[in-house]
Amino acid sequence: MSATDPHQALHRTIEAVWRIESARVIAGLTRLTRDVGLAEDLAQEALVAALEKWPQSGVPDNPAAWLTATAKRRAIDLFRRNAVAARKHEQLARELEVLEQTSPDLDSTLDNRIGDDLLRLVFIACHPILPTESRAALTLRLLGGLTTDEIARAFLTPEPTIAQRIVRAKRTLADKHIPFEVPRGAEIGARLASVLEVIYLIFNEGYSATAGDDLMRPSLCEDALRLGRILAELTPTEPEVHGLVALMEIQASRTRARVTPTGEPVLLFDQNRTQWDQLLIHRGLTAIERAHKINTTFIKISRGPYLLQAEIAACHARARTPSETDWPRIVLLYTELAQLTPSPVIELNRAVAVSMAHGPQASLTLVDALASEPSLARYHLLPSVRADLLYKLGRHPEARTEFERAAALTRNTRERNLLLTRAASCETDPTNR
Amino acid sequence: MRFMVIIKASKESEEGAPPDPQLLLDMGKFNEELIKAGVVLAMDGLHPSSKGARVKFSGKSRTVVDGPFTEAKELIAGFWLWQVKSLDEAIEWVKRSPFSSLAGESEIEIRQVFEMEDFAPVLSEEQIQHKVDARAELVGQEKK
Repeated sequence: MSATDPHQALHRTIEAVWRIESARVIAGLTRLTRDVGLAEDLAQEALVAALEKWPQSGVPDNPAAWLTATAKRRAIDLFRRNAVAARKHEQLARELEVLEQTSPDLDSTLDNRIGDDLLRLVFIACHPILPTESRAALTLRLLGGLTTDEIARAFLTPEPTIAQRIVRAKRTLADKHIPFEVPRGAEIGARLASVLEVIYLIFNEGYSATAGDDLMRPSLCEDALRLGRILAELTPTEPEVHGLVALMEIQASRTRARVTPTGEPVLLFDQNRTQWDQLLIHRGLTAIERAHKINTTFIKISRGPYLLQAEIAACHARARTPSETDWPRIVLLYTELAQLTPSPVIELNRAVAVSMAHGPQASLTLVDALASEPSLARYHLLPSVRADLLYKLGRHPEARTEFERAAALTRNTRERNLLLTRAASCETDPTNR
Repeated sequence: MRFMVIIKASKESEEGAPPDPQLLLDMGKFNEELIKAGVVLAMDGLHPSSKGARVKFSGKSRTVVDGPFTEAKELIAGFWLWQVKSLDEAIEWVKRSPFSSLAGESEIEIRQVFEMEDFAPVLSEEQIQHKVDARAELVGQEKK
């Protein structure tokens, strides 16, 4: 580390402290104020105070306690000065004063309470009343500790757009009086699905961008993985949470192999598997095991969509070469997944697995059944898969037509060239040699 | 970013002495905190060097030297692999570790792990701004 300006060094230290502690501080303040927007503002003011005071006083031994106490004092001042809502705020101010005097050393109860508060914060930031992109921005802000600028850069979106999304999201939560609580009973399934959706969206924003036209943004994958791992510890008995973590760990394991040094995408079957991160694969397989144990303990018969997708990814991860892939198992997994969340894309993926397990003819029957699917009408992978099957069956003229159709549908130049090359490699007429 | 966080050995760890029970408890809690924060990728403790060996290379020759090795301070007793945003974050976490409660001295070393970004192209500031503008334009077009 270079011998830098000590002020800069302290600034970086404070940033690091913020990243470690901010979510808990905000969660605790939200419990006190019942307003997540206000809580975040107070936390930010405490951060500003830290940036002013700590260069002289040094970083305190318990930075989280310092930030929380500072924020609470600001809240009390704020409520006192706000004469309009005096009565309600006066009550709150008094409650806060009492709390300020109680000792913060109730370690184990505090731990549980912090965990509970964090979980509540997760659920409120990912509330389904907010549009998905707002949930993502708010989650990264409140739980990921990212600045608005960092979020904007990560999503390749202008900063004011992200700032607005966050402001509107907080306002919606306040206006609709969304409670700060962990959902219970019948509600929890859907609410948890909403959380997982947000985390996976963040992951995909970083992951899908790593192959194709955009160059890598692995930091988003890291943020998503970290959020997933945190959630897994907050809700350890939820198999779908471990399923999502497993899926992300295994997908992230391929990052190094998915792109050439010049930034071109490499298909799964062409990837150099020695570049797959075995540590992440191991973590993914462990997370799958964890989900299975829960399912066994609680005698849950069916697996959820994230766990199933993780299992499919695990099949690839376990194969040292493409030829060692357990394709029949993948077919079964896709079949189960299709029953849970039917979709033409899943059917297409299943057809690909069927072709590997049972040959091109069986697969072509399935693919032909998808020909009239309106949602696949402009999906280049449908003619691309069909073309490949026709080629394997020796029906080259038809294959060529399909490759060309696929090439016309894809927006990715490299992929288009690949498809046109394959079209050219088809013999025009087998009888005309 | 990934960091290897290395616990240096000590005379006690090299002697294979059982660790202080309070330290064990505190370490357990610390590890739990790290896991709950989602930063741990891996962690392991190492047996004393008496159970290990070294292989020395000189030209074509290979010499095997059995442990134990001297200079406990230069040896490793255990390690973590963490995923954090910066060296500063790793340092802040290490400061929270329970080693400070030990009598005597101990040392933890933090080293950054090589990753793909170190080898592969990353977006420059200009490229990022270009992509932000391009995306905004695309969104504008799609809305038409």
